[in-house]
Amino acid sequence: MTTQATTITVYVPRDTTALALGAEQVAQALSAAAARLGRPLRMVRNGSRGAFWLEPLVEVLTPAGRIAYGPVQATDVPGLVAAGLFDGGAHPLRHGEAGSIPYLRDQERLTCARAGVIDPLDLDDYRAHGGYAGLRAALPLAAVEIVAAVTAAGLRGRGGAAFPTGIKWRTVLETPAPQKYIVCNADEGDSGTFSDRLLMESDPFCLIEGMSIAALGVGATRGYIYLRCEYPRAREILTAALRTAYAAGLLGADLMGSGRRFDLELRLGAGAYICGEETSLLESLEGKRGQVRYKPPLPAVSGLFGAPTVINNVITFASVPVIFERGAAYYRDFGVGRSRGSLPIQLAGNVARGGLVEKAFGVTLRELLYDYGGGTLTGRPIRAVQVGGPLGAYWPVSKFDTPLDYEAFALAGGMLGHGGIVVFDDSVDLAAQARYAMEFCALESCGKCTPCRIGSTRGVEVIDRWRAGDQPARQESLLRDLCHTLTHGSLCALGGLTPYPVLSAIDYFPEDFARAAAAAAAGS
Amino acid sequence: MNSSARERIAIRPEPGTDLSPAERAAVLDAVAAHRDSQGALLPVLHAIQERLAWVPSRAVPLIAFELNLSRAEVHGVLSFYHYFRQAQPGREVIHLCRAEACQAVGAAALEVHARRRLGVELHGCSADGRYTLEPVYCLGNCACGPSIMIGTDVHARVTPARFDELTAQGAAAGGSAPGRAAPAAPGGGEP
Repeated sequence: MTTQATTITVYVPRDTTALALGAEQVAQALSAAAARLGRPLRMVRNGSRGAFWLEPLVEVLTPAGRIAYGPVQATDVPGLVAAGLFDGGAHPLRHGEAGSIPYLRDQERLTCARAGVIDPLDLDDYRAHGGYAGLRAALPLAAVEIVAAVTAAGLRGRGGAAFPTGIKWRTVLETPAPQKYIVCNADEGDSGTFSDRLLMESDPFCLIEGMSIAALGVGATRGYIYLRCEYPRAREILTAALRTAYAAGLLGADLMGSGRRFDLELRLGAGAYICGEETSLLESLEGKRGQVRYKPPLPAVSGLFGAPTVINNVITFASVPVIFERGAAYYRDFGVGRSRGSLPIQLAGNVARGGLVEKAFGVTLRELLYDYGGGTLTGRPIRAVQVGGPLGAYWPVSKFDTPLDYEAFALAGGMLGHGGIVVFDDSVDLAAQARYAMEFCALESCGKCTPCRIGSTRGVEVIDRWRAGDQPARQESLLRDLCHTLTHGSLCALGGLTPYPVLSAIDYFPEDFARAAAAAAAGS
Repeated sequence: MNSSARERIAIRPEPGTDLSPAERAAVLDAVAAHRDSQGALLPVLHAIQERLAWVPSRAVPLIAFELNLSRAEVHGVLSFYHYFRQAQPGREVIHLCRAEACQAVGAAALEVHARRRLGVELHGCSADGRYTLEPVYCLGNCACGPSIMIGTDVHARVTPARFDELTAQGAAAGGSAPGRAAPAAPGGGEP
């Protein structure tokens, strides 16, 4: 072998999912194996590319590119090394060049382009892959031009509400105040979503850069990232990234040598789902109970500590750098209708090939579930999917041709939300899922408005009576009436949208309620 | 209740004297580190819990005094957030995900198994003081559930057998260490 003396570069992800699947043990085994062979090893702890079904995905740098192996367990390492892993040798777990894996190759990565490719904490690596080109392009622009570019790109809030980002920023820009804030909503509480986490763990500087551009765009000098405490790895990585950015003059008093100030601080949530709602998040940042505020005033006018505040989701901010690096038109030319650009979609639950799939808007659920997802993990038929988190509708197979597009989803009676798709096979009981939706609302309600606080508990009781066969027709009409009250009487989306999973379960899967009621009647 | 609380203040002008030295230091250090930041209460509570593993209710008066807040405000925040704990937990906290993506791959069965295995209800602490079992609603590992987090380590695709393995490892690592008494009040929540 001619490669004996050269240093081998190996990539082993340090993302939460990769670690949860044993990446740390794999890294140790690889180091030990290289030491035994006397081959110098450079190990890069990258983030994840998002093909979680292949994690831990080990890559080895070769003249033919980064050759990927996965999923690798520590016990596979001796065999892999014997097969010549360090030189890209053949093995059943070998997938060829990482970027050519069909799952990854066919994606349209605008926001998560660097995820898994770079060392998330290596600023030079970030810059070498286009990092900070966006901020550099934005620095000479006037604030109005920055806001105009975001508007022209057609970017809408990726947290779920899909409000046009440019309009939100313009409101903050046009509201005069001595102090304005940029707040990142990193309280990714929806089950089935992990794109925020993946982005923060795999490309944290991208978020920092996006928030910095927002600060220039609206004239803010302070920002906060409100991160959920259930993400300890993201916390570690963000903490280190912030320190590095400060040390490099990319945060602080003299942003990239421009003389402009932007200070950014990481704050932790404390396990309250409601704090993903923007006004409750602001209350929490102020050190209070995370209770929803009345709107108006909008946060853009009176937000954090009463000051004009841009509050956006992680993916929204992380989509900003590419708009300035490549131009608003470049970004806008992806997508369909009024849904421009790309959406990092998350395939979760009972799915064979789960992970992050970033595609331009317009891709159908069917393509995602079968072409990317490969059907269920259990191999049974897909019976239902829940799109958009715990407040999203449960959809049957008949709706799988719906394109991912905010308006198309709304028209079909659903919502795209944060782009999480949870897959269920035919063993799912939708009556139980409907009950859980009410139970979750009761657990997480902030308590401020009655429909949500009381209605959710009553909802659990009504569903229990229905499933127990106690006057089913009466319970159904009562539940529908209750859902109407929640929809129209709640202060925020938690109470307002909990009827989505409940009503969709009743409408599309009535047999599950009938079966439970009939079984109860037969048993009594 | 009210009158006795008043008397306490009168008798004890300096709050926090009923805390142990370690608890008192945890509170004062947390306050010192965050006093100047706006909206300091959550960072302070996090810092205390990180050090003590819980936030004793009797620390509330001192936190309130130091941050110039009312005790009601501090108690209100402490009790609002699921993550903050007012009872001493076991030596390790297991967060078990109960949310939809994990439900789709067997989280409900895992929950039943975990409760039986540890002999606890959710929020409860095992009789040997080793584990507290907490529900959590998403760990962001939704493509590879069911997920649990032990300490700050997330574990993926946790079957009941894998759960037993993980908790047995925990027992081997730190289980029989003598001298650490079981918490006086196991867990909060349901008995």
